[in-house]
Amino acid sequence: MEVNISTADQILTTDGIPLKVSLRKTERRNKIRAFLLVFPLLLFIIVTFIVPIGDMLLRSVDDSQINEVYGKTFEEYKKWDKEKDQLPPEAVYRALFEDIGYGDKLKIGRAITRMNYSKSGWKSLIKKTRRQINKIVKSGELPTSYKDTLIEINKGWADPTFWYSMSQMLAETTPIYYWNAIDRTYDQDSKVIMQSEERRIYVATWIKTFKVSVYVTFYCLVLGFPVAHLLANLPLRYSNLLMIFVLLPFWTSLLVRTTAWIVMLQQNGVINGVLVWLGILSDDGRIQMVYNMTGTIIAMTQILLPFMILPLYSVMKVIPKSHMRAAQNLGAKPVRAFMRVYLPQTIPGMSAGGLLVFVLAIGYFITPELVGGKDGQLIGHWIAHHLKTTINWGLCSALGAILLGIMLVLYWLYNKIVGIDNIKLG
Amino acid sequence: MASQEKDFVVFDKIDKSYDGEVLVVKNLNLNIAKGEFVTMLGPSGSGKTTTLMMLAGFETPTNGEIYLEGKPISKIPPYEREIGMVFQNYALFPHMTVQENLSFPLEVRKLSKTEVQDKVKKALDMVELGNFGTRFPAQLSGGQQQRVALSRALVFEPRLVLMDEPLGALDKNLREQMQYEIKHIHERIGITVVYVTHDQSEALTMSNRIAVFDEGVIQQLSTPDILYEKPENSFVAQFIGENNRMTGTVSEINGDFCSVDLDGGGSVKALKVKVDSVGDKTQLSVRPERVTINTQETSDENNFKGDIKELIYLGDHIRARVEVCGNDEFIVKIPNEGNIALKEGSTIGLTWQAEDIRALDAN
Repeated sequence: MEVNISTADQILTTDGIPLKVSLRKTERRNKIRAFLLVFPLLLFIIVTFIVPIGDMLLRSVDDSQINEVYGKTFEEYKKWDKEKDQLPPEAVYRALFEDIGYGDKLKIGRAITRMNYSKSGWKSLIKKTRRQINKIVKSGELPTSYKDTLIEINKGWADPTFWYSMSQMLAETTPIYYWNAIDRTYDQDSKVIMQSEERRIYVATWIKTFKVSVYVTFYCLVLGFPVAHLLANLPLRYSNLLMIFVLLPFWTSLLVRTTAWIVMLQQNGVINGVLVWLGILSDDGRIQMVYNMTGTIIAMTQILLPFMILPLYSVMKVIPKSHMRAAQNLGAKPVRAFMRVYLPQTIPGMSAGGLLVFVLAIGYFITPELVGGKDGQLIGHWIAHHLKTTINWGLCSALGAILLGIMLVLYWLYNKIVGIDNIKLG
Repeated sequence: MASQEKDFVVFDKIDKSYDGEVLVVKNLNLNIAKGEFVTMLGPSGSGKTTTLMMLAGFETPTNGEIYLEGKPISKIPPYEREIGMVFQNYALFPHMTVQENLSFPLEVRKLSKTEVQDKVKKALDMVELGNFGTRFPAQLSGGQQQRVALSRALVFEPRLVLMDEPLGALDKNLREQMQYEIKHIHERIGITVVYVTHDQSEALTMSNRIAVFDEGVIQQLSTPDILYEKPENSFVAQFIGENNRMTGTVSEINGDFCSVDLDGGGSVKALKVKVDSVGDKTQLSVRPERVTINTQETSDENNFKGDIKELIYLGDHIRARVEVCGNDEFIVKIPNEGNIALKEGSTIGLTWQAEDIRALDAN
């Protein structure tokens, strides 16, 4: 007896169409509809998030601008045998003369800034040289020896260290901004060295940023935990009221809250005033609580507190009250029951809140800017500084990319330890 | 001491109020003997869970005292009472494995490691979960979680075990199976159990005695059979088992019996249980299976005519909804003897013994 067994890939529907084809057909419509629904958001995220971040990451290593300006010079420069000649050959000087003399004025200007990061002195050297070259180009009498002419214009062109530092600019990409972001730079042999003493600011700022973030996260946890616990366990009408108090800061402008802290904390402010009035402090012993690290930590803790409370609350809300009872019923004293049974169950909330607060704190700008004074500035301050004042976007991007990297590492760690599925954000 | 065996747990004039205005439990007096399985049965809000929580130590009596083995326990915190408890939703600790859940009470008592292991193993074997020790509660089915909760409540050998609707979250089949399992474990280890439920069949299946709660008062405390056969008031009659009720006025009292004129017309001779004098309003209660269908009138009392409104075929018996004396919710269970020829809409004769119909409070 023979039996026809249809093979797995040839199951047919009642109408004789292969089952898989039929299934795909029916599901296609749903897939297209789902995609169309998501599409606006996808577009929005690409335009507002992925593209800018990608651009930032590119900028942090981008060095093509300088290649555009000094294309010819670099080409000749690469042929220079540094072992044989102390200074580059005539061809390099000639190419440099032409690049500066006929190049786009704006682009040269921008490139100078970049050159100065490799070695200070480039800025004035190029500026001065360019003025003279322009005169020569205008007069139409091109020099016979470009090398001599340039050295005549400025002795800098006879200084090999300038020429050596140019070797860092040849590549289209450069890690220099990253090295700058951790207080390092190149010496003339392209070796990474520490910045000069007075220019070392970033490592200290990074450490300070970390410290402040850790403190703020810790204080948020310590202050937020009891509040969240209360929120989760009070009868509804009280917990609603308390929730409004927790959320109230969210509805108030960040700037208002921060300035309120200045009013509270400054030397002639509310807290000092009360302490003096109570006789705890003498009038000239008022405590400096703002425009320093203390002020930054206090204000940031208050502002970031809801981000700790809400995830904690959402986790605590679903821990049945019977667990604490069960633990006590089994013979554990309240403290032990709390430590062994309640606390471990709040870990997803603690870590979600902690991660959130830490990540927000590490990139915080407005609050430290306003209440931080000189002492309480975080890395965000320098990013803004380079963005607005020095227009050093490469360094900005490098600092930002490092922040992003730290965040991703934390996220990865969190996923390893707690598991990202356990995250609960209100 | 014999009295301590009998009065293992004593509730003495317990009152409980949460807000100072309403008494959740009123003058509760209850003695539980050692090894007994006592169920507190009642609708939600009847005070049964509150009573259990007072025994466990999570609520304080507003008045009165609870004694355990002759000693007052109101001032002893829950963690020193040595009372096991199975919670409504098991309250297994989700971040601990089954083993860790079970060893928790033992570690708290500072038992040695080998002792802990030994006892945990025994407790798991008792509920046939020997191989599930390393799993987390979330990886177990409802019935398995239930059994873990049970063994956790027993593993530290408490003086008594409390169970707060432990089977409420299970489906019907599993619930019945667990009822027997709990009953057997109780019989095997002889521990005192105080059980709270709103499911009367659960209470009837497992208990030695049942305390029926309503509005914070024990309505009746008795063994299952007496509770069913001889309810003392209309609440108990209505709450336990199926019940046909009719209201009327007492017209004559004659020894243990009385005659009642029904509101819907007709007169019934009933057992006098909770009526005092002629003229009292009363509610009559008769179990459906005590009503028989008669073709010709045999006895001279309690003969009624009824119209069949609905017939439901249930295999072993047929349930008939009959209108009798103006009450169209009157249920009769007719045993299936293979020769019933009833039709909806037809009229039948009904009768019952005077001892089987109880004249209770009018409520």
